[in-house]
Amino acid sequence: MATASDSVNGPAERGGLGDALTEWVADWGAAGLETVGALGDVGLFAWRTMGWLFTRLPSRGTILPNFYQVGVLSLPVVALTGTFIGMVLAVQSYSQFRALGLETRLGAVINMSLVRELGPVLAATMLAGRVGSAMAAELGTMRVTEQIDALASMGANPLHYLVVPRFLACVFLIPTLTVMADFMGVVGGYFYAVGILDIDKQHYWANSQAFVGNYDVFSGIFKSVFFGAAIAIISCYRGFNCAAGAEGVGRAATASFVYSFVMILVLDLVLGIFLDSLYNSIWPEGARLF
Amino acid sequence: MSDAMPSETVELHPLVRVENLHVRFGNNMVLRDIDIHVRRGESLAVIGESGCGKTVLLKTLIGLVRPIQGSVWFDDRNLGSLDEKELTRQRTRFGFVFQNAALFDSMTIGQNVAFPLRQHRKMSDSDIQDLVVARLAEVGLPSTVLNKKPAELSGGMRKRVGLARALAMDPELVLYDEPTTGLDPIMSDVINELMINTSRKHAVTSVIVTHDMRTAHKVANRVVMLWPVARLDDGAPQVIFDGPPEQLEEFDDPRVVQFVQGEARERLMEMSRTRGDVER
Repeated sequence: MATASDSVNGPAERGGLGDALTEWVADWGAAGLETVGALGDVGLFAWRTMGWLFTRLPSRGTILPNFYQVGVLSLPVVALTGTFIGMVLAVQSYSQFRALGLETRLGAVINMSLVRELGPVLAATMLAGRVGSAMAAELGTMRVTEQIDALASMGANPLHYLVVPRFLACVFLIPTLTVMADFMGVVGGYFYAVGILDIDKQHYWANSQAFVGNYDVFSGIFKSVFFGAAIAIISCYRGFNCAAGAEGVGRAATASFVYSFVMILVLDLVLGIFLDSLYNSIWPEGARLF
Repeated sequence: MSDAMPSETVELHPLVRVENLHVRFGNNMVLRDIDIHVRRGESLAVIGESGCGKTVLLKTLIGLVRPIQGSVWFDDRNLGSLDEKELTRQRTRFGFVFQNAALFDSMTIGQNVAFPLRQHRKMSDSDIQDLVVARLAEVGLPSTVLNKKPAELSGGMRKRVGLARALAMDPELVLYDEPTTGLDPIMSDVINELMINTSRKHAVTSVIVTHDMRTAHKVANRVVMLWPVARLDDGAPQVIFDGPPEQLEEFDDPRVVQFVQGEARERLMEMSRTRGDVER
């Protein structure tokens, strides 16, 4: 025991508390600088990508494959997960609502949660996992094998050629994926609540209709556009700045998903607060239950 | 080849001027105070051991790496001061042959070679196709490879496709990054001959980064040798040789002679010193 504590305290004692503190501050300072630098770098990357949107759009030949990849190929998985989330919501909330004798209100709860929160977040998460990490891995491999340099050397701007089409695909198609997730979630929730839990169909829909408004559907779709932009920028940035080797590509793919997911949740909170205050300023009288 | 040197008036305006160039990645200084001129029509080989900054120098010449200090002038234009559009236009006058060819693996060979043409030339599909076939024929590849993907070709074939793609736009300056690395001796010689033919036939200026002394002797009419900054004394020049390849052997700097003759003695002693330090 004595030897262990000696060896643990040894270096600190030799260096002195002052040195340890200096080192600690230096470490945090370096980490802080690195974070600020990286954020600035991502910001510039996004800014340049946006710049291309207003100057020259890529050709149809480069845009369409990305739209197909992001939109068409993501549809089945988004639909499937949407259906399950709808059913899970019904399972989880049923017993509590039933205890209060409010099981017909289930429609309102399920559908409101779906269109405002779960639909957009779920579609974005699936997009980050399915498309975002694939983009990071693909661009990362292109970086490592010098294909991005080759593009630039032949007078094609890599941002314009590789990032802008992916950005457009994510931003334009994530709303449709969100609508798909919403719709399948509604179908799944209805199937479980009405078909299996035997809740009255009429009341289920009536309650849904009473509580879920256009603004709720709109706010979900509105948020999704920002999620799509964040996924595209983060994933492409990670790919472009991929470290050398297979490990670098793997790390770029994982990091792109982790950062995208964190960003989705941060944006969800910020946009949620913004949309709520916007609603309250437009319809100050509109009392809301959820 | 040295009798084909350009006249004095042209030398006043070299095609590429590198002045006071410094490149650093993080804390790692890769190029320090480099001054090199490349004359029109010249074939310049840049030699040096791995990690001495040869490839970085090549990428700085085309603006893929930005220097922290100093400038690169191409045809009397400072690449660092050009806007994106102008830099793109100037880059079409370059051809870059990458070490591992860097072919776009999502495209076929034909699409790869046609890529720069489709980006910059308004040509009909059949004209592009004819030009692509001609370029591939120049590097000895049949038109049967047109529809293959890069992964289906051997390393030597990929390198030749890379050369065909770099030549597609009739560049004035071709930059080769280790063109013979990883190839068997026969294929290396094929690539050497192709480089010689290219400079003769298309009257291009070449900069060849290599550590293959056969390439340096056979293709180049001038050789520049770089030494890694990390192993240089403060203030010592990074370019340790600049002259015709014939002078390499009798140069009085042992570092140059050892590199040329592939003599590792000095390096081994250095390594054993490092090992001794670590063990102590």
